[in-house]
Amino acid sequence: MNPSSLKAKQLHQTDSGHSHPDMEEMRTFGFWIYLMTDIMIFGTFFATYIVLRHNTNGGPGPADLFDLNGVILSTFLLLTSSYTCGLAVLAMNKGKKQALIGWLAVTAILGAIFIGLEINEFAHMVHEGATISRSAFLSAFYTLVGTHGLHVTIGLVWMIALMIQLSSKGITPVTKRKVNVISLFWHFLDVVWIFVFTVVYLMGVN
Amino acid sequence: MFDQIKEFASGFFVTGDPLIYGADVSILLVTAAIIFTLTYFKKWRWLWREWLTSVDHKKIGIMYILAAFLMMFRGGVDALLMRAQLAIPGADFLQPDHYNEVFTTHGVIMILFMAMPFMFGLFNIIVPLQIGARDVAYPILNSLSFWLFFAGAMLFNLSFVIGGSPDAGWLAYPPYSELMYNPGVGQDFYIWGIQISGIGSLMTGINFLVTILKMRAPGMKLMKMPLFPWSVLSSCIAIIFSFPILTATLALLFLDRYAGAHFFTLDGGGNPMMYINLIWMWGHPEVYIIVLPAFGIFSEIVSTFSRKKLFGYQSMVYAMIIISVLSFLVWAHHFFTMGSGAGVNTFFALSTMLIAIPTGVKVFNWLFTMFRGRITVKTPMLWTIGFIPCFIVGGLTGVLLSVAPADFQFHNSYFLIAHFHQVIIGGVIFGYFAGLYYWWPKMFGFTLNEHIGKWAFWFWNIGFYACFMPQYVLGLMGMTRRVVSYGWDKGWWPLNFVSTIGAALMGIAFVLQVWQIIHGVKHYRKNLDTTGDPWDGRTLEWSIPSPAPHYNFAVLPQVEELDDWWEKKQRGVHKQLNNIAEEKLEPIHMPKNSGMPIIMAGCWFLAGFGFVFHWLWLTIPGLAGVAICMLAHSFNYDTDYYIPVKEIKETEAALRKVTIS
Repeated sequence: MNPSSLKAKQLHQTDSGHSHPDMEEMRTFGFWIYLMTDIMIFGTFFATYIVLRHNTNGGPGPADLFDLNGVILSTFLLLTSSYTCGLAVLAMNKGKKQALIGWLAVTAILGAIFIGLEINEFAHMVHEGATISRSAFLSAFYTLVGTHGLHVTIGLVWMIALMIQLSSKGITPVTKRKVNVISLFWHFLDVVWIFVFTVVYLMGVN
Repeated sequence: MFDQIKEFASGFFVTGDPLIYGADVSILLVTAAIIFTLTYFKKWRWLWREWLTSVDHKKIGIMYILAAFLMMFRGGVDALLMRAQLAIPGADFLQPDHYNEVFTTHGVIMILFMAMPFMFGLFNIIVPLQIGARDVAYPILNSLSFWLFFAGAMLFNLSFVIGGSPDAGWLAYPPYSELMYNPGVGQDFYIWGIQISGIGSLMTGINFLVTILKMRAPGMKLMKMPLFPWSVLSSCIAIIFSFPILTATLALLFLDRYAGAHFFTLDGGGNPMMYINLIWMWGHPEVYIIVLPAFGIFSEIVSTFSRKKLFGYQSMVYAMIIISVLSFLVWAHHFFTMGSGAGVNTFFALSTMLIAIPTGVKVFNWLFTMFRGRITVKTPMLWTIGFIPCFIVGGLTGVLLSVAPADFQFHNSYFLIAHFHQVIIGGVIFGYFAGLYYWWPKMFGFTLNEHIGKWAFWFWNIGFYACFMPQYVLGLMGMTRRVVSYGWDKGWWPLNFVSTIGAALMGIAFVLQVWQIIHGVKHYRKNLDTTGDPWDGRTLEWSIPSPAPHYNFAVLPQVEELDDWWEKKQRGVHKQLNNIAEEKLEPIHMPKNSGMPIIMAGCWFLAGFGFVFHWLWLTIPGLAGVAICMLAHSFNYDTDYYIPVKEIKETEAALRKVTIS
């Protein structure tokens, strides 16, 4: 550690509370607000899907396309990954760096399998001619489910970057905040998926 | 080979219009002049270090306002072109398709690339100073917001010399904005120009919400906060809930055009009406987003220049919050005539009328503040006084429009055009001008010439009424918007001619304002603001020197009451504050400059340009660049530094012309 950053660290500790707001807490708070904006984006896509889901334009509908078994497996994987993400945070709070990285890795692997299954599902549907341009229903389906998948993918890249940072820097106030934030993100995606599962798949096949 | 290049260029560049060739030449000349000047005076490094990579909220604010003025010029030229075309019946100065492009870009630029950055500029410069903070919550994100806005604006503006401008109106209603009816690249420029800058706006909304909630000076409870930050807070809440809808909607329109999806198409099961609902769920709050901060500015100015506490502070706060909530419940009044049915129209008519109540409360509060006040009429106050009658007329015609049955008559007529220009110019732009004049000394350390300012004010106002009052009448006579020409037999031409003269007067007013700024810079030594408090102000930003040092407050203020600085002056304790004793100083924690925001915005620009022309070879590296910037930023732990006490002492001594014991 070079002298200037050492000095900065000492100052951090001696700073009287009021002159200097807690940066890490503030960043977590901002992330909550970001999640609210993401809820608005998903809300718009859900609304679009609900309006357009019967507009199949003579093409395949939800009952023709969805394989509920595969989706239940995906759902199980994603919910489990939320649980392992929680274990990662618990490990972090106990100061166990290796366990933290390990649980994050398990979370990322589960997320990656989830994405793999989704790509497989999309490829299968496209193969059957159910493309994004086939009907308004399919446009809305791919956009809603795909946006969730895109979020998960970004979360994966982010998680890997964070594991690298954790292994070199350990558990510091900054990495701690970053783990807390990605765990928020991951649980949020889980909640969104529960809505996708219900509104798109369960309500679709019935 | 040469033929191929020629063929590509003739499709790529916009050709065949002398106006556009003129624009090409002037763009090239200005660019060359800028590059030459920067190189000749060896200013590139300075530009990069002091401005382009700066995370100082005050500098970012100044760049926003500079960009807003450039865009006001562009949007104003569009306006003058339209008025020139409409001055005389049967004129063929603009061709119909060119006219479509001009009214589309005028609308988009004035709202999204002029009003929004002007507003964000004022947020940036003033909010941290008024709440006694040293910075915004996320300084690097703030810089990124600015550069995303700038990249989006440049992408949008590029369309008029490369590829062709959008022409489907400022909100790009489908099905006309769909590929089937609009195959050119103009609408794609529209989508990506707005999308990229819109993400920046959303991040600004988050940034300032957190700044205001978390970074207020010790003792400043929310109800002791000046009204401008309150107006910013309510505006940010509306941004946070409405801009994601815009992002999602534009993404859907993009998928329709790019991937052949069927969200808003006429075929394939699409539903154009859904776009119109979605776009107005953003679009209506948007107009309140830009007007609420103007209300905050007027509140500050009225109270300062009346030497009185603002009348009804609490009712002002509640009125703004109510307006920001109600703004989400009125969107369908934009399409009363599209067959929603009587029940729906009634709901939206009533919710629209309700907004007049809190707005009326505000107007009366401003008037009561002036009542028995010791009023001085400097330019900021002049704009405030000019705003009130203008906004009242604009508000009342808005209430007329909100009557659903009457709207069947007014819809899409010049009556509507006159109404929204009246509230947006008379409310928003007059408000921002007032704010700009009011805070100018705090931004630059000198005051502007009042004499030229008053001329500009009168030209703006007389021009405004001459331009838009005839349009109310034209609307009632049946003239609809978006007409490129009309015949002598209609009887519309005298009013249109007067309206064009009014527009020209406003053009002159803009030139006067630019001259006022140039004049101010030239004679700044004569008009230095040495006190830091040229208007005898009431709020914290006037307690520090002008221009504010980059750390804002050497010692964070301890706030006890509303209008804290004014109260301290009344009690005579402010002099002690000016006299900063060394023992009170501590090293100040500041963010380091960052090149990431401008590079990331540049990558977004390339990605957007690639999307417009379906050039994946450009889009993919562009998006990869965005991802790399994000990762590089995540791995960068060296983002802040401390200003040593010695440097603070020297800066304060130089700015306050005192020595610190």
